[in-house]
Amino acid sequence: MKRNSIAVVGAAETTKMGKIPDVSVIGLHADAALNAMKDAGLKPSDIDGVATAGISPVELAHYLGITPTYADGTAVGGCSFMLHVRHAAAAINEGLCKTVLITHGESGRSRVGSSGFGRAPSSLMGQFEMPYGVTSPPTMFTIPVLRYMKSYGVTEEDLATVAVVQREWAAKNPRSSFKDPITVDDVLNSPMIAWPFRMLMCCLVTDGGGALILTSADRAKDFPQKPVYILGTGESVETPMVSQMEDFTTSKAFRVSGKKAFDEAGIKHADVDHLMIYDAFAHLPLYGLEDLGFCKPGEAKDFIRERNTAPPSAGSAGGKLPLNTNGGGLSYMHSGMYGMYAMQESVRQMRGIAPAQVEGAKISVAHGVGGMFAASGTVIFSNQEKI
Amino acid sequence: MGELRLQRCTDCGHSYFPPRAFCPKCASRDVEVYAASGKATLYSYVINHRPRKDMGTEPHSIAVVELAEGPRMMTNIVGCPQTPEALQLDMPVQVTFQKESDDISLPLFEPAKG
Repeated sequence: MKRNSIAVVGAAETTKMGKIPDVSVIGLHADAALNAMKDAGLKPSDIDGVATAGISPVELAHYLGITPTYADGTAVGGCSFMLHVRHAAAAINEGLCKTVLITHGESGRSRVGSSGFGRAPSSLMGQFEMPYGVTSPPTMFTIPVLRYMKSYGVTEEDLATVAVVQREWAAKNPRSSFKDPITVDDVLNSPMIAWPFRMLMCCLVTDGGGALILTSADRAKDFPQKPVYILGTGESVETPMVSQMEDFTTSKAFRVSGKKAFDEAGIKHADVDHLMIYDAFAHLPLYGLEDLGFCKPGEAKDFIRERNTAPPSAGSAGGKLPLNTNGGGLSYMHSGMYGMYAMQESVRQMRGIAPAQVEGAKISVAHGVGGMFAASGTVIFSNQEKI
Repeated sequence: MGELRLQRCTDCGHSYFPPRAFCPKCASRDVEVYAASGKATLYSYVINHRPRKDMGTEPHSIAVVELAEGPRMMTNIVGCPQTPEALQLDMPVQVTFQKESDDISLPLFEPAKG
């Protein structure tokens, strides 16, 4: 995409977060959409593009009373919303539409109006993975990690440290599901789910939603909120079967998506002030830091242990690369497709209104995963009109 | 009992899995099915402590093995304790078959003998 040509002018999460037993999936989409439209000072009739995953963009448009000239139903898992941003930017630049609403809503915990999790028996996963007892993400997303740990000397303590540091960020966020401090021992003594993964290395399962509204940068100045510009975007996909990943120590989709976004943005890693890496499980920030190029292969564990991603704490300044400052999927919330919440936190940081605000932050990267390392999307945001 | 079969491309020689009617490397439709050695090494795994209803009640491995011919596949490692100590990465394993029905036998793997 053309750098700085598109901006976020509306952004909001659902009114409530966590346990929302009285709102259905489509209701969560609508709640987030109405909040984002209020944020942007828009009505449904002002929206001419829609994008969503989990439900169809047809359902979304009809439910909200929108007649779009652009609809995107890209559904590649939890990073779908990063891809929606990327496609919306291209569509607006091409003149297909002017103002795009992207929504997410999921009743992950309460399961109100949710469809089930599962794969058709005839799918590749159904034929060649399901027979061996895989159930849900904790038995699939986790399979590559032992190879990664052996290759680079990563320990269970290193995995636990990821969860511990993110809990420190979560403590600063009033909307976090979990706020109480935890130690490495707490993580290593939490119930075993799928060795080497303990419960506190796995994401939450909660209810919630979020929505973004995008328009061209030249229109963005007329909106009530300070525009958050999009510097660059990337996307890629690899395989629907985690067992068929090219290399279990690195995600090809991460590498391709991340490089594309950085190339489009024309920035260096040292320019990044704030980072969000979709953390469905504790190993994902490690893979993300390495595959995006912030760390060399095998060095992310040291980078996190040395508190480069941590908030300020008693007697020490904050790290140089604040990571998952909302508490992440491990402690903030995780409805099932978390990518929207990573971008919401990036937008809050760029607007300067995050609960754990990174002072002076000008560039934020939000990096997402879809499926079990199946897909990836990256969006680079900035509050600067020109970089 | 049983034979593990793979496919390979008769143009470029690439062995691949899962099966399809063409070579995923060079797109040739000239491919053949052949009997694999059944030898593999343990590439990665988890031990699922919350087994699916049809998988019994005890923790069990869900593994990916690297076949001697190159491709990797998901499987279970059987015939040894389902513990990190007994399941060492890169250990040699060999195929064994578990009959599920008259039509379906699942290729599982056990520690290599001898």
